[in-house]
Amino acid sequence: MKKNANVFSKLFDEKHRGRTVSFLIVICVYVLIELLQAAGSLSSLFKSLLVPACCYIVAALGLNMNVGISGELNLGQAGFMSVGAFTGICVSGLLAETIPNTVIRLIIAIIAGAIIAAVMGWLIGVPVLKLQGDYLAIVTLAFGQIIKSLITNLYFGFDENGLHMSFVNNNVKLAPGGKMLINGPIGATGTPRIATFTIGVCLVLASLVIIYNLIYSKSGRAIMSCRDNRIAAESIGIKVADIKMLAFIVSASLAGAAGALYGMNYSTLAANKFDFNTSILILVYVVLGGLGNMTGTIISTAVLLVLPEMLRGLQDYRMLIYAMVLIVIMLVSNNEALKTRFGKLTEGFRKKKGAQ
Amino acid sequence: MNYRRLLKGGLAAVTALAMAACSSGSPSGSSDSSSASGSSDAAAAAFKLGASGPTTGGAAVYGNAVKNAAEIAVEEINAKGGIQFELNFQDDAHDPEKADTAYGVLKDWGMQVSMLTVTSAPGQAVAPRYDEDNILAVTPSGSSLAVIYADTTNMTGAYGNVFQMCFTDPNQGTASADYLAAHKDLGDKIGILYKNDDNYSTGIYEKFVEEAAVKGLDIVYEGSFTSDSETDFTVQLSQAQEAGVNLLFLPIYYDPASLILTQANSMDYAPTFFGCDGMDGILSLEGFNAELAEGLYMLTPFSADATDEKTVNFVKKYQDKTGETPNQFAADAYDVVYALAQALEEAGATPDMSASDICDLLVPVFTSMTFDGITGEGMTWAETGEVSKSPTAVIIENGVYVGVE
Repeated sequence: MKKNANVFSKLFDEKHRGRTVSFLIVICVYVLIELLQAAGSLSSLFKSLLVPACCYIVAALGLNMNVGISGELNLGQAGFMSVGAFTGICVSGLLAETIPNTVIRLIIAIIAGAIIAAVMGWLIGVPVLKLQGDYLAIVTLAFGQIIKSLITNLYFGFDENGLHMSFVNNNVKLAPGGKMLINGPIGATGTPRIATFTIGVCLVLASLVIIYNLIYSKSGRAIMSCRDNRIAAESIGIKVADIKMLAFIVSASLAGAAGALYGMNYSTLAANKFDFNTSILILVYVVLGGLGNMTGTIISTAVLLVLPEMLRGLQDYRMLIYAMVLIVIMLVSNNEALKTRFGKLTEGFRKKKGAQ
Repeated sequence: MNYRRLLKGGLAAVTALAMAACSSGSPSGSSDSSSASGSSDAAAAAFKLGASGPTTGGAAVYGNAVKNAAEIAVEEINAKGGIQFELNFQDDAHDPEKADTAYGVLKDWGMQVSMLTVTSAPGQAVAPRYDEDNILAVTPSGSSLAVIYADTTNMTGAYGNVFQMCFTDPNQGTASADYLAAHKDLGDKIGILYKNDDNYSTGIYEKFVEEAAVKGLDIVYEGSFTSDSETDFTVQLSQAQEAGVNLLFLPIYYDPASLILTQANSMDYAPTFFGCDGMDGILSLEGFNAELAEGLYMLTPFSADATDEKTVNFVKKYQDKTGETPNQFAADAYDVVYALAQALEEAGATPDMSASDICDLLVPVFTSMTFDGITGEGMTWAETGEVSKSPTAVIIENGVYVGVE
């Protein structure tokens, strides 16, 4: 009994509270949505938002690892999503006949997307993370654009003779029964929609496990020390470039996994979906949720994704209102008076709980 | 300090209002006022016609054209009595993801027949959903083959319940090459300038090159640009000039085309220009010297200067409503609504039927009926959903389209 109580109190102590709340929110929302779905009271609109919400949450969590925990600005998260998405689509397309089970195929595609995105992240990180300053922001910005142009000009397909690929001009001639997986500017079409909300939630939970385990580990403390004071961290023997690389690769691979899930959720996907605007959108989710605050990221992503859809009734004014809501939230969340008031509220709640 | 507080308070109040408004007009409500088609009196026994297209963002000009034209057509049809429509047009910002949620909104609203989407990429994303839920959809302008085929590599797996009102991209490429082969006097050294990150443009380009090889056309120059570089064409134009191009094929939309014409004029380069249906609208483009478009050839199903009664009526109503001349997107949308009305009438469908029942009734009618609209006479549809109508070539003379053989 005593041990159990210890575990419980450890879950809610100062250090681990954020983690517990994140997991609880995700699991509760999942159960609630599954119940609603079973009862048939979930609208089609809401259903169509479930999987993209999971994708953006995972990508935003990854970005928060990079921007919030490691303190390096990344403006190319959509580029990593793009790499993950098209890798996932290709892997899933190639394995369609070998592995008929969609769940296993989806998981393999997500892992493949994460790995390739991580490799890309490593390639970028090797030269850039050795430098001090905003260079990662500049390079990731360029990376996003380059990936978009590359995939827009890529033709990739397979038939019984194997894989075929061409660049810029479509020279791919497939035997009958073959399939174009990436068709230049048209992108991937006819992808089976195998992504499910359950897998999406599992991916969110998995990324939370990865992120929190990293944060609470020795490496995590090293990452944060590099963010807070690079010179001091170097002086105690932390290899800053390596440790930042770790955070960056985790960030990139989560974006890749999110992209793969996203790619499997739509029957068509073109490279220009993952442009600079998408990167900034994910950054907005992170900034709004709070740098380094994973629970906040989950909530802000979900709210900002649903908000424009809820505002559809306002027709042409909805994007205007969306922007105004963003500004108001930024102002309110930075308002000291409101913050202290909110702080007092939760303090009272905590005291009550302590008294019990 | 005070004005800041005032500003914050004001913003908060506006937001609160907005939230209140949105909760009352939320999409789950059965038939909210966002349909805006003057059909409130007829809503009782009306078919619910859903549509989505970009009314915001870079492609908004196409979405708005379709929306306005569809509203005109719905008003006209409702005024006649008989078949009644209630239109719900949702914004998809030319984004497959938004189109997917827009589909959710329309489905929650109880859509019975649909205009699918205005642009191709969102159409490709939602067409499988229409197929799954068995709802009939006719797209006015989603011209990509992937809108009607699940597998475009082998051209198999046509959805069967998704139809097109416009030509497909490959058809335009083939038709253009055929036309140029039959009219060698327009130019014997052909150059192509296309947008290689655009679905529409590359779709036409690929088929054009294929057909040109068959017909023995002499292509001496191929140039391309992307949406990031569509402001300056002097490099491509001077390359084309050096290659001796005397006929420049432009399978692109009218916006970049207007710049190409202007820049070619300023460098005293005057080949014959030849465009497809995306070129339509160039004459009404603001800030463009329409004289530069003199002698421009294009293949288009619709010309706003046609003198038949239907077109004149439509153009007048469209101009009264928006102050602009309708382009082929608008004309296609107008035809879609009329084609749906005709099919519903022939099939004897009633508004109390489910969307799936209506779809089952309409598919055989659609593939067998003949439709006369403003974008063509005697149109028929194949079982794959492709429309058959003949593209006509026009030349711009004295600021108007003149049909040529």
